[in-house]
Amino acid sequence: MDPTRPPALADLETLARRGRWLVISTVAGSGGGHVGGPLSAMDMLVALFFRVLRVRPAEPGWPERDRFILSKGHSSIGLYAVMAMRGYLPVEELKTFDKGDSRLQGHPDMTRLPGLDASTGSLGQGLAVGLGIALGSRMRGLGCHTFVMLGDGECQEGMVWESVNVAARYGLGNLTAIVDQNGLQQYGWPLPDGEAHPGDRADPWPGTRLGAAFEAFGWRVVEIDGHDFGAIVAACEGSRGAASDGRPTAILARTVKGKGLSFTEGRHHWHSRVATPDEVAQARLELGIDEQGIPR
Amino acid sequence: MKATREAWAETLVELARTNPDVLVLDADLATSTKADAFARAYPERFLEMGIAEQNMVGVAAGLATVGYVPWLSSFAVFFTHRALDQVRMLVAQTHSNVKIGASYSGLLTGLTGKTHQDVQDLAIMRAMPGLTVLAPADAIECAAMVRWATETNGPVYLRLTRDAGPDVFDEGYRFEPGRVRLVREGRDVLLVSTGTQTTRCLDAAGLLDARGISAGVLHVPSLKPVDAKALVDAARAVRLVVSVEEHTVLGGLGGLVAEILTAREPRRLVRVGIDDSWGESAPNDFLLDKHGLSPARVAERVARELAAETR
Repeated sequence: MDPTRPPALADLETLARRGRWLVISTVAGSGGGHVGGPLSAMDMLVALFFRVLRVRPAEPGWPERDRFILSKGHSSIGLYAVMAMRGYLPVEELKTFDKGDSRLQGHPDMTRLPGLDASTGSLGQGLAVGLGIALGSRMRGLGCHTFVMLGDGECQEGMVWESVNVAARYGLGNLTAIVDQNGLQQYGWPLPDGEAHPGDRADPWPGTRLGAAFEAFGWRVVEIDGHDFGAIVAACEGSRGAASDGRPTAILARTVKGKGLSFTEGRHHWHSRVATPDEVAQARLELGIDEQGIPR
Repeated sequence: MKATREAWAETLVELARTNPDVLVLDADLATSTKADAFARAYPERFLEMGIAEQNMVGVAAGLATVGYVPWLSSFAVFFTHRALDQVRMLVAQTHSNVKIGASYSGLLTGLTGKTHQDVQDLAIMRAMPGLTVLAPADAIECAAMVRWATETNGPVYLRLTRDAGPDVFDEGYRFEPGRVRLVREGRDVLLVSTGTQTTRCLDAAGLLDARGISAGVLHVPSLKPVDAKALVDAARAVRLVVSVEEHTVLGGLGGLVAEILTAREPRRLVRVGIDDSWGESAPNDFLLDKHGLSPARVAERVARELAAETR
């Protein structure tokens, strides 16, 4: 892979495999953390940081950079892994995750790690900050775009819809919300009688059409497969291109929670769990990672 | 003689003339908070956020990251209760350059009742690391605080009142964070007060004087940070210390004074304020009298406590 050029879509797949390895091995090393959400978001995080976002990792405060906010802050390790691969921090530093005095907090802390555009963790709040940045950058005449990633469970927070409403009122075409629709939240809702489901609990918001909700507030809605790199890049670049129509964009990305490992995909209990040594070995095998932690 | 909410809005209009980064975000209460004056003067820098305070706080945090100085306009209660988590995570924890104009604080909110009265804001906000918590005595001090807060990086909570009150300070006043102000000297008792309650304490001290009791008044405009040593020094000089606040006696000014005195100069402290109860819809005089905050009631209480102290 030529480091001076944006990676080809095929190379994004390799980066995402390494990213998934960094997630599962880092959480195993720290003895705590989330796994399912970082894995469902990984392909999108890789596509964003390696193909979409106009950023300068060596100059994280560059005023004209695109902004990215991980509103589902509990997927922090996924973001840190991708930021490390992109050059914001040494990959080695991931070992400090959750260990005390670390820049890598359980939930993203912008006061500790340069390159984070917001502190998140308490769900539902990231879109409001992104709205403020999008509004402020438009007032400043900056051409940057702001991307905010939310979880589908997170969309149960009322504040999300305050922001959805106000962003449309201000016509913020330079704002894109990406919803990681992995269809599983931490515990979920009781299943209706007789309904089949990969876990033992139901999807977030059973019966609710998230796209219709965004559209009702005046957003442009694009639905994609959140594991299809081509579709992710096209949808994100498309939202940037559509900025002049004065409507914010919601990219609803269908994903699989725990994506990439046979024993984590679609499993509720991998929302937050530490892999056993056997599971780490299994993950290494499935992801094709060598002893140096590099994808084959 | 002007309400602090009016001084707040007028000062922002004045500052915006020379500082293009000053913004006002409003949650549909601009007529009440007086932010409408700013909206008329600088419509392009007045950002209506609708009836959605949590989002408004987040938008302000975002605007601050691109170099703006956003001032928020709503009632105190909607910041300290409804949008508290947003103030905590997005403003205080990130040390964001967001300024909270918390209007209609305390009991005297124009017949709104307990749903809109915030008698816990100082206790709640004082517990936030890194947040500056201010409560001006009058319009002059308020204007000085707005100037200071706009020019100083970091989050600020400014307690504003609905109704006009007498001036305590003159135009030469300069705000210094943490500094306490001895606005009246007295030998027997020290009334420690904050916000516009200080004017009522000055009146109470006048009433006590007529009864032969020499009462000093120490105004604490900045609950965080605060010059603890100056407070202890003032307390040392008298027989009795009484904190007086238009706020619950739990965790606000009384709590602050108790913390400082127990650590540095253990002694008896009388805390006057709202005694662990809610407000109600009523005229100002009724509320002040009922909660022991009118000058006459403060004076009465002080005289009684002082007599008990002497026995």
